[in-house]
Amino acid sequence: MAEQMSAAAISTSGGAAVEVRLENLRREYGPVVALDGLDLTLAPGELVALLGPSGCGKTSALRLVAGLEEADAGRVVVGGKDVTSTAANKRGMGMVFQAYSLFPHMTARQNVAFGLRLRGVKDADRKRRAGEMLELVGLAAQADRYAHQMSGGQQQRVALARALAIQPQVLLLDEPLSALDAKVRGQLRDEIRRVQLEVGTTTLFVTHDQEEALAIADRVGVMRAGRLEQLASPTDVYSRPQTAFVAEFVGLTNRIPAVVSGGRVQVLGVSVPVVGEGVPDGAAVALVRPEAIVLGTATGAPADAAGVDASVLAASFLGPISRLTVTLPDGRIVMAQLPTSLATQFQAGGAVRVSVRPDPVPVAPPDSAAVLDDSPA
Amino acid sequence: MGQVSMVAATMPVETVRRSRGPISRRSRRLNMFRVVVLVLAAVFFLTPILAMLEFSTRGTGIGAPRTLTYWRQIFDYPDLVAAIQVSLELAVITSVAGLLLLVPTMIWVRLRLPKLKRVIEFLCLLPLTVPAIVLVVGLAPVYAWVTYFFGDSTLTLAFAYVVLVLPYTYRVLDAGLSAIDVQTLSEAARSLGAGWGTVMLRIVAPNMRSALLNSALLSVALVLGEFTIAQLLNFVNLQVAINMLGRANAGVSIAVAVASLFFAFILLVALSFVGRRRSGSVQVEE
Amino acid sequence: MPESTGSAVDDRPSRGGRRLPLVWLGAVPFLAYVTIFLVLPTIIVIFGAFSGPHGPTLSNVKALSQDYIVTAFVNSIELSAMSAIIGAVVGAVVAYAVVTGKPDSTLRRIVTSASGVLAQFGGVTLAFAFIATIGGAGLITVWLGDHGIDIGSNVWLYELPGLTLVYSYFQIPLMVLVFLPALDGIRPQWREATETLGGTAWDYWRHVAAPLLWPSFIGSTLLLFANAFSAYATVEALVSQGGIVLPLQIYNAFTSETVLGQENLAKALAGGMVVVVAIVMSLYVLLQRRATRWAR
Repeated sequence: MAEQMSAAAISTSGGAAVEVRLENLRREYGPVVALDGLDLTLAPGELVALLGPSGCGKTSALRLVAGLEEADAGRVVVGGKDVTSTAANKRGMGMVFQAYSLFPHMTARQNVAFGLRLRGVKDADRKRRAGEMLELVGLAAQADRYAHQMSGGQQQRVALARALAIQPQVLLLDEPLSALDAKVRGQLRDEIRRVQLEVGTTTLFVTHDQEEALAIADRVGVMRAGRLEQLASPTDVYSRPQTAFVAEFVGLTNRIPAVVSGGRVQVLGVSVPVVGEGVPDGAAVALVRPEAIVLGTATGAPADAAGVDASVLAASFLGPISRLTVTLPDGRIVMAQLPTSLATQFQAGGAVRVSVRPDPVPVAPPDSAAVLDDSPA
Repeated sequence: MGQVSMVAATMPVETVRRSRGPISRRSRRLNMFRVVVLVLAAVFFLTPILAMLEFSTRGTGIGAPRTLTYWRQIFDYPDLVAAIQVSLELAVITSVAGLLLLVPTMIWVRLRLPKLKRVIEFLCLLPLTVPAIVLVVGLAPVYAWVTYFFGDSTLTLAFAYVVLVLPYTYRVLDAGLSAIDVQTLSEAARSLGAGWGTVMLRIVAPNMRSALLNSALLSVALVLGEFTIAQLLNFVNLQVAINMLGRANAGVSIAVAVASLFFAFILLVALSFVGRRRSGSVQVEE
Repeated sequence: MPESTGSAVDDRPSRGGRRLPLVWLGAVPFLAYVTIFLVLPTIIVIFGAFSGPHGPTLSNVKALSQDYIVTAFVNSIELSAMSAIIGAVVGAVVAYAVVTGKPDSTLRRIVTSASGVLAQFGGVTLAFAFIATIGGAGLITVWLGDHGIDIGSNVWLYELPGLTLVYSYFQIPLMVLVFLPALDGIRPQWREATETLGGTAWDYWRHVAAPLLWPSFIGSTLLLFANAFSAYATVEALVSQGGIVLPLQIYNAFTSETVLGQENLAKALAGGMVVVVAIVMSLYVLLQRRATRWAR
């Protein structure tokens, strides 16, 4: 209740959310090209996650938007205004860093009020607003604590409150959860999304953790070697990856040799459409998600049913779902994922019939190596 | 994947040259500042050293060419040579004695007498608060007994020097011991049947090689530069000899001074490389 | 703290007194040595300051108020304070110039090594270096003389202004050594956070960097003060006679050069020096603790 009131106070006084446009951004460090012509538009109020392995340029992009670094080429346009040559302290953006960004000699309240103090806000008003922001992130009780007296998760919440206190046009988060414990990460992730939705600020969120990106973003931009491979909703990025890199970086993938013919691919005895257009005929590698693998009992199925005979190698119980590793006749190993209630019938060493769901499947050229670690130094 | 953005070629080229932005301006200003400061500092600190080199290589008479006469003359002063020798011996004795005194004690305190740690630390840092000129006033009566037992060799200065190096060696050894988790190592060794001597000599010491070397080098540098205690106790070490000779033959004394300075510098440069070997920490698997 | 079998035994009251002494035996060599060669001399000085030929007396302490001693004391304070301030300011600037470069660069290693040498480079060698530079036949003196500039009688080198210059030579490197770690503790995120919050460079220095650095800065200055106050060798090598500063007075009293039979005066002087240095060093330790309170 108090949170909604303060959110209302924040959003009405802050003004409407703005559009953020990155146009053809380029950044080089000597011979290394960190950003290779990045184009990205954030709709007002949207949360876009930039996802990719280290070195893909996502942090460079964020820092260019913040103004902490300068682009070699391209523009950053915020709310219709070109801010590319504006100094970082005049861009009106709030930024949350990965760690260690709280001023150690100030309490939480003083940290949050700092931006307001720089703007000449009076003492009483400052304290009040800082208190509101701390309530928004659930830390009103810690207002008079110092950074070294708080846990990592609490520190990041204070950092978020501090960034929002100045009512920024854009909120920038640089891997804010990477330095935290797994359990805290999950909680704080949802917190950040809740706050962002309440306040309604256009937000750019950088991470290397695909689970984070899929969980909170309106749209996910998968980056690699300074370029955007795909920019789409989390569902699309996950189920309809446009490139082999995206398919393998996001979620688990089985690489199964298959044959492409006329826009369709024959994999595990089933013919399914191919994702994307203009894929050449011939040998290829189908990228199949574990949950798209279908397992059936070997006995009792009609002989002409689609699928391939295989044997179960091992089964992992993961709570609500289970993962089964299955060996194909040619020795290849495939991972399947299904609800535990359906998985119990399959035992290690037993026979099973393997096929895929009739959904479109992305393919990669047959000679491409696993792309997961393929990032420039 | 890898599709060239053909749109970019047709867009108006609104490139912001990085050299014009506020950040590059600031970084250029900073670099200029750094260069100016470091150059001025270099000039200020190198000039006296160069002056010493210049002085010690002067020829006699106006416009005489550079000569190493003064340097050669070092060996014409047997007292000076003896002083160099005695100082080198003192350096070795002090560093070894200091290590022998401190290392077993520190290991022992860490393992068996943790309550004494504060006391040891305080005692080791005390020499920083008791300057040499004060310490020597109180040492004089003590040294009366020392010369009674050990004779009046200059090497007895080592007793005092070990105390002087305590603050520096303690800090280095403490850091070295902290880095190798003496507790776990010694417990593992003891559980395998090792005695305390074995633990210290064959388990702990080899893992502290860089700390041991570090503190030895620091001790050597300090002993070679020590003057106060030697002079007030009427011993002749390197610095006292240079001082005495300075009034008689400036050129030679300056030559020796420069030599001892460079020697100390080489020692400390060697120190900075010794200290950079393996840290001994375990890599966390990502 | 991890418990070892040894301390478990020690915590028990000395019922079986057999175990107890053996463990403490390990610390005896060190404690005995330090007692004889450090604690005992200090006690001798302090007790000696208050003893005369006929028992305890305050006459030595009273003798400290003589004019020439007070002058020397004031000179020492002046010299130490000036060289400490110069060393602190210049040293901080040099340290800043070093720390803003690459973290592990050759430059940094050279400067740190050089500072290590120069900070210890006191005494005779330093004195001779300056004589060789701006003494009577020094490099700069001659060079200036060749260009028609006579820097006058070279006595100034042996008085307070000259001594301050010479002391700066080891004070500045000492400051660099002691202050660099404090500068290292300043994280770049703080500067960037200030910027994104709308702060200028001045805002950053005023609200973030200065409050965080001042305890270290003042503490380091105090350390420099104590360092100069205790220095003996340099001034002895430069000043052939007289007692311009306190350490020289101690020497004179110690060797009874000026007034016969006043060795306990030396102890009183030494005791006075220890008191000053101890006070300064305690303040230094307090400030260091305050500075590290936040740095995690």
